[in-house]
Amino acid sequence: MEWERQRRAPIYEALMKYKTTRVVPFDVPGHKQGKGNPQLVDFLGEKCLSIDVNSMKPLDNLGHPVSVIKEAEEIAAEAFSAYHAFFMVNGTTSAVQAMIMSVCKQGEKIIMPRNVHRSAINALIISGAVPVYVNPGVNKELGIPLGMSVAEVEKVILAHPDAKAILVNNPTYYGICSNLRRITQLAHEHNMLVLVDEAHGTHFYFGEDMPLSAMAAGADMAAVSMHKTGGSLTQSSFLLIGEKMNPGHVRQIINLTQTTSASYLLLVSLDISRRNLALDGVRIFEKAIKLANYGREEVNRIGGYYAFGKELNNGDSVYDFDATKLSIHTRDIGLAGIEVYDILRDDYGIQIEFGDIGNILAIISMGDRALDLERLVSSLSEIKRLYQRSKAGMLSHEYINPIVATTPQKAFYSQQYSVPIAESEGLISGEFVMAYPPGIPILAPGERITREIIEYIDYAKAKGSSLTGTEDMAIGNIKVLEE
Amino acid sequence: MELWYTEYHTDTARFSIKVNKQLYSGQSEFQRIDVFESEEFGTFFTLDGLIMATEKDEFIYHDMIVHVPMATNPNIKNVLVIGGGDGGTVRELTRYETIESIHMVEIDKLVVDVCRKFMPLTSCKLDDPRVELFFEDGLKYVRDKENAYDLIIVDSTDPFGPGEGLFTREFYGNCFKALNEKGILVNQHESPYYEGDALAMKRAHRRVREFFPISRVYQAHIPTYPSGHWLFGFASKEFDPLQFDEEAWNKLGLKTKYYNTEIHKGSFALPNYVLEMLANADKE
Repeated sequence: MEWERQRRAPIYEALMKYKTTRVVPFDVPGHKQGKGNPQLVDFLGEKCLSIDVNSMKPLDNLGHPVSVIKEAEEIAAEAFSAYHAFFMVNGTTSAVQAMIMSVCKQGEKIIMPRNVHRSAINALIISGAVPVYVNPGVNKELGIPLGMSVAEVEKVILAHPDAKAILVNNPTYYGICSNLRRITQLAHEHNMLVLVDEAHGTHFYFGEDMPLSAMAAGADMAAVSMHKTGGSLTQSSFLLIGEKMNPGHVRQIINLTQTTSASYLLLVSLDISRRNLALDGVRIFEKAIKLANYGREEVNRIGGYYAFGKELNNGDSVYDFDATKLSIHTRDIGLAGIEVYDILRDDYGIQIEFGDIGNILAIISMGDRALDLERLVSSLSEIKRLYQRSKAGMLSHEYINPIVATTPQKAFYSQQYSVPIAESEGLISGEFVMAYPPGIPILAPGERITREIIEYIDYAKAKGSSLTGTEDMAIGNIKVLEE
Repeated sequence: MELWYTEYHTDTARFSIKVNKQLYSGQSEFQRIDVFESEEFGTFFTLDGLIMATEKDEFIYHDMIVHVPMATNPNIKNVLVIGGGDGGTVRELTRYETIESIHMVEIDKLVVDVCRKFMPLTSCKLDDPRVELFFEDGLKYVRDKENAYDLIIVDSTDPFGPGEGLFTREFYGNCFKALNEKGILVNQHESPYYEGDALAMKRAHRRVREFFPISRVYQAHIPTYPSGHWLFGFASKEFDPLQFDEEAWNKLGLKTKYYNTEIHKGSFALPNYVLEMLANADKE
């Protein structure tokens, strides 16, 4: 990486220059640098509105970049050691969709872990690709899904040699990493491309002693949520590609769904954040890791809670752990993670990332302060003192191999009708059914409903697992396909 | 040439002291620390541009934060002071021979170092053999203490910046746990007068009241604090500060400049608008 080049921020520089030219705007947006909407200026600030402008020659055009955006993308690619980097303004969701749509056409297969993000399934609905699922495995004590085991991946690759690509979710929401290098080698040996949903892994590219990043592992595409741990504005993201990919083709795919009015607030936030991380990322993430490790130690010192970390590593389905995630198992104090999540917010004014039945997750990043972490730890200590109760039984999860009867796309566009779940055996589901924990879909659109699945749904319900996905909020009925 | 120290009490109200010279200015890991010498208030020090203590009026604050709980329970032996880097609270505590140990937890060591050098009036007893200093976050310190203290005094800055953790529910809950069954918690309780301070005051009161069966508020007049009208919180598991043995305290023969047992009783009588705020603290 060339340091002098990383000091540049071409979009930022172009916007600064634009401000000094005092251009008279007879184009959109209609607020005309804020002058037409004083209340919004009052709330967001004049600086913010003055650069909320449209694409124009000196500021380039995201859909067809030739000047400052092109340069900013090249510098970003260097920072991430990628062949090319795309600035994304429709969220990492659109980056995940662009990855899948770039490599799979209608009817082509893609291998993915069963616990993929909703955005990947939605991409299947748009593209018509056929999913082949890999069992992610579950840590039974914690009730969390793990990474992809190399043996499982190999088994699926051999069973589906015609698959075009494999999608890896790395790290998972809980911070679990797969053996990305080995999975990539394996996929490439079988002429499959490797796509990585790296929404929670921006810091892997800039911190020291981090789990391996997708580009470093030789993956072909990666969707990186710069806004999650990289400091840019919500909804801004990077799509990275390796040298096997054709940037022109990927750009075409992105342009199918991405806005033609890209926000310069989002673009400049990516540009400035990339510069910040390239120049100062080592220090920034060293501090974040130190804080997270301190948090883990202190939470474990309280007793009852289990803040897990690298000790989960098993060389395969937990190949590595992202230490910036402060994931805490709460079940042993008799409280569900979601209960602790609610108490923290309602009673202590602390908002954490999520809570499921067994765990909570606090994300530690560049903006965290030691004194805020002390508050979190002290609040957890208080919650234990005030609310601890005896431990309830944990749901034991058995992975049920899904039977993909038709593509998610066909299922989505088919005529559907509603039946009671108890009477749905043998029919094809038109909906998702998810159970938290462990956050792995039991059914996805296009999958055959079996007796085993119906029994599992009953069991999860009885165990107090939180079920979601169906139109019927009570999960009593399910929509199925007319066949 | 005139040199004035000016502090914003609100966005549109300021308080100024003419300064002879600035004795110190420094930035710690947590805050900016300044020390000034003035005609009217003697030497005074500020944190992030807010007056903490002046030589002339510090006695009011330190008398009231220490002698009210000490007169309420003369058997207090183990005391925890959180904050209080200037040492004034510890100085008043050391006057009680019956106290066996004083733990002072100050997050910012530089505050103590600066006060030792420039504010000997308040810091003079920090080396008393019963005093032990801990330089760490008070919120962290109390977390694993259980049934350990007779009295906790929260001598903190305002709830913005390094002191903000000391106005939280988790902190008061942890203090409750750190106190024994006769324990008393006294805290710097902000001012009811200006809106910003009053909000912090109400929040603190609401949270303390959740944990302690007895929770009262008392007041003092402190000329250099915003509006001059300052409150203290008195929370306790058993002792009511209005039922105390006046004679016992007077027999100790401690000479005080502000506190006396009549003031003690009177300070719990509050203006109507403050009573109303406290009564409605739950509703906000």
